[in-house]
Amino acid sequence: MTTESNTRPVHYSEFHPRWYRRPVSVYWWIGQRQYLKFILRELSSVFVATFVVETLFQLNALKGGPQAYAEFQKTLASPLIIALNLLCLLFVLFHTITWFNLAPSAMPIRLGGQRVPTFLVAAPSYVMWAVISAAVYWFVISWSQT
Amino acid sequence: MANTITLEIARYSPERDAAPHFQNFEVPVHKEWVVLDALNHIKDQEDGSLTYRWSCRMGICGSCGMMVNGEPKLTCATFLTDYAKQGGKIRVEPLRYFPVVRDLVTELTDFLAKLKKVKPWLVHPNQPPLSEGEFLQTPEQVDRYKQFSMCINCTLCYAACPVVGLDPIFVGPAALALAQRYNKDSRDQGSDERIAVLAHPDGIWGCTFVGECTRVCPKHVDPAGAIQQYKITAVLEWLKSFVTPKGAGVK
Amino acid sequence: MAKQSDEAFFWVLFSAGGVVAALLIPVQLFLFFVAIPLGWIQPPSYDHLMALVRLPLTRLYLFVLCSFSLFHWAHRFRYTLYDGLRVKHLNEIIFTLCYGGAVAGTVVAAYLLWTIA
Repeated sequence: MTTESNTRPVHYSEFHPRWYRRPVSVYWWIGQRQYLKFILRELSSVFVATFVVETLFQLNALKGGPQAYAEFQKTLASPLIIALNLLCLLFVLFHTITWFNLAPSAMPIRLGGQRVPTFLVAAPSYVMWAVISAAVYWFVISWSQT
Repeated sequence: MANTITLEIARYSPERDAAPHFQNFEVPVHKEWVVLDALNHIKDQEDGSLTYRWSCRMGICGSCGMMVNGEPKLTCATFLTDYAKQGGKIRVEPLRYFPVVRDLVTELTDFLAKLKKVKPWLVHPNQPPLSEGEFLQTPEQVDRYKQFSMCINCTLCYAACPVVGLDPIFVGPAALALAQRYNKDSRDQGSDERIAVLAHPDGIWGCTFVGECTRVCPKHVDPAGAIQQYKITAVLEWLKSFVTPKGAGVK
Repeated sequence: MAKQSDEAFFWVLFSAGGVVAALLIPVQLFLFFVAIPLGWIQPPSYDHLMALVRLPLTRLYLFVLCSFSLFHWAHRFRYTLYDGLRVKHLNEIIFTLCYGGAVAGTVVAAYLLWTIA
């Protein structure tokens, strides 16, 4: 009697007893907190894509003229869409924070023979995020009101 | 604090059982006892057929890894008192994602084969003659690979990594970290030989940076970090492969 | 040197997209799709937005934002399907749908930004 191993077939016999292979359930990620957090982090990419799709609709509305854009604004204000976008915002922020905190693992930085701690390597990303966000706010909102 | 604690231990005897089942044992709680002490007590006093691996009992041999309440742990480093609240129970199972040979013993042949695939030894065909003396390494050169050299092959990271469970051909955290241990060693010239195995869908590209391996590692090897760092190296090598026809060597 | 897989290319796209999405999306999402619809901020006029969008730099910014974010999604979602739903045996279909989607979105973004004004 043979059965598959990962690297070679295994022949079970009287002198080679049957190994037990525990099946991995399709719900492997629900049982454990760490796995759930991981899957939520990965699913944040769906909300990233959702934002892009919404932006494409926004651009299309802009292209269609002031009336079309006003219609688009009305759709955005509906409770369902607002709820969706609040959820989007949560997941996008989750993506940003986990991304900045994990990216330093890929680039160990050494200064004077010592390894620079992770949070210091992550800090410039947060600073850049703040600066860019402020700039975008200025371009979109402040500048329009001067 | 309670005087005794219940250990719920997975039992599997291939001659008798079709599948594993749990058996409960009452064990006295001593302040300095670890789960391994409890297992040894059970084997001594209650059921001599309980089968498990252990050796150094001090966290350096890597033999005694098991799932303790769903977490991969070295049982020689897991204290009973951490679980001995009122009604606290300790569930001991063999490490996840490996075939079970018997009771708490896992089959490690696949892991060893994956380890061998990455060539975890110094590859240096152009060795200078002995008369030229030893290899000298500065502390900085040692620092670049030292963390990854701490691996004790306990396979806790394999039990933690969901990709290992979902994709049995995935080379896995420890093997990939050990490959980096040698890639980063200034004495090694084998990076070219390892890249085909590493920069492969079953190698580093199978890793989705869950990070559980690093969290459970008892020696703080940070295999997840090793893998992400090699992803960058692999990208640079991939880019280089377009510029240089034969490849100028990986480091 | 032994040949290595081309997965490196997709990982670079994923990484670049991840950085772009992390830095640029939160503020834009908050302003346009949360704060303004909820009335927390005075909305910019249609004319101001059109003036902004006409600038080549804005169009480039938006194109990079949309395209790279979509490729980030494609890679991550592909692996989530492999691991989450365990459908790795369908990997060719999944690959085509994910990266095809990203390419389609990129084309739409390019078209809209090129013809918007």
